[in-house]
Amino acid sequence: MHSAPASLAIVFGVIIVALSIASGLIWLERRLLAVWQDRYGPNRVGPFGLLQVLADMIKIITKEDWVPPFADAAVFVLAPVAILVPVLLTFAVITYAPGIAVADLNIGLLFFLAMSSLTVYGVVLAGWASDSKYSLLGSMRAAAQMLSYEVFMSLSLMGVVMLAGSFDLKTIVDSQKDLWYIVPQLPGMLIFLMAGIAETRRLPFDLPEAEGELVAGFHSEYSGMKFALFFVEEYLGITLISILIAVLFLGGWQGPLLPPLLWLALKTLLFICFFILLRATFPRPRYDQLMSFGWKVMLPLSLLNLVITGGIVLATR
Amino acid sequence: MQITFYISAAVAVVATLAVITRYNAVHALLYLIVSLLAVALIFFILGAPFIAALEAIIYAGAIMVLFIFVIMILNLGPQAVRQERAWLKPQMWLGPAALALVLMGELVYLLFSGGQSGQSGAPVGAREVGIALFGPYLIGVELASLLLLAGLVGAYHLGRRGDAAVVVELEEAAARDAEAPAVSALSAGQTEGGDAR
Repeated sequence: MHSAPASLAIVFGVIIVALSIASGLIWLERRLLAVWQDRYGPNRVGPFGLLQVLADMIKIITKEDWVPPFADAAVFVLAPVAILVPVLLTFAVITYAPGIAVADLNIGLLFFLAMSSLTVYGVVLAGWASDSKYSLLGSMRAAAQMLSYEVFMSLSLMGVVMLAGSFDLKTIVDSQKDLWYIVPQLPGMLIFLMAGIAETRRLPFDLPEAEGELVAGFHSEYSGMKFALFFVEEYLGITLISILIAVLFLGGWQGPLLPPLLWLALKTLLFICFFILLRATFPRPRYDQLMSFGWKVMLPLSLLNLVITGGIVLATR
Repeated sequence: MQITFYISAAVAVVATLAVITRYNAVHALLYLIVSLLAVALIFFILGAPFIAALEAIIYAGAIMVLFIFVIMILNLGPQAVRQERAWLKPQMWLGPAALALVLMGELVYLLFSGGQSGQSGAPVGAREVGIALFGPYLIGVELASLLLLAGLVGAYHLGRRGDAAVVVELEEAAARDAEAPAVSALSAGQTEGGDAR
């Protein structure tokens, strides 16, 4: 393994890069949405409007940090932390390039699933502690949606686990040397992508925070830095799902000519842009449509994918 | 490794005590989640990473979310906390404390007689657990799946009955409205919608 200073450098490097990507995505999303909607977007502060993020951050930090008198204060403060920590922890088990990983856990994929199931609490507790009807409705939607989509999120990944024979993300990347898993596991990848959108509560699955009907859903009562934590968590979630798709289905850091880290960054960026394109494109479905789509279409499809992959693995070994 | 074990064990014990003594149901559940995560960490330290992950995914991540979900729907206010406080009288502690003392006596006896320490050594990975489940314990797995299937069918049936009651109600409303011709077209449409579902 690494020496202590090198390990520390990797740990802080991962945290700093993840957080700055998350805040940089705010700028990227606004600019890309503007491109697709045929307008300029933020282009005044700094070159290409890049310093807009900094300006926004200064603004949001100086806002009043308000805890409503009717809220359960302890849980109200805890919720934004409870939603951010599991997402940040997941970045620790990803192997970004050979030798660059915080913790090379042999159950890395299971660790990701465990952490993603814990992010539900942040949303649910935020809505419950706010004690307002919009927040409560938003968080009840979020709980049902995230629980349902988690079921086949894990099922869609089991095809990859069967082919690689391991939960270890490093082994999974190494076993894609000859063929990226996007070819044999295309259905698994599409299902995981959709479950990932639902887990990060992005359009078209952003019903927990549907502005038109719920004000801002579970974080209606939040302001200042606590709101900023929810905001950063959303972009960290997008980054995480994109990195995982790149690692599990697109061969991770593997690729010709360019250095490994750059390959992973490029593949990740591709999916981040896809997330933003989805937001620019789709309307929001109705809530019951979302739930029945999950249980009646996605779950049987992921089970079918699992059975077929299992059969092929059994026949060829 | 020893020190991490004792820290997480202490967290588990303190969190579990807090589960029992909190008056607010959601706060108690939050402590229960902490306790489950601490137990998951203990599993990990003892060399069972797969079981640790399952503990976090299934208990902390799924079952407890459902508990919190139900308590959110119940919408308990401050009066529930007062009621809970009235129920939890000092003499309530006598029975559980006596039973816990018996367990503690057993534990102290085992510690001093030099019994099994529990540290088996070799880590148990996902592969070993899977082979054990679908090898010697296959019948247990199948029986559990039958039980879960029965639960699923039962829940589905109960859900359907609620739906049928709504349809019957709509039909009755349509029959009542039939006397007033102006709204009959509308309520007939409602009944069809109910049937289609």
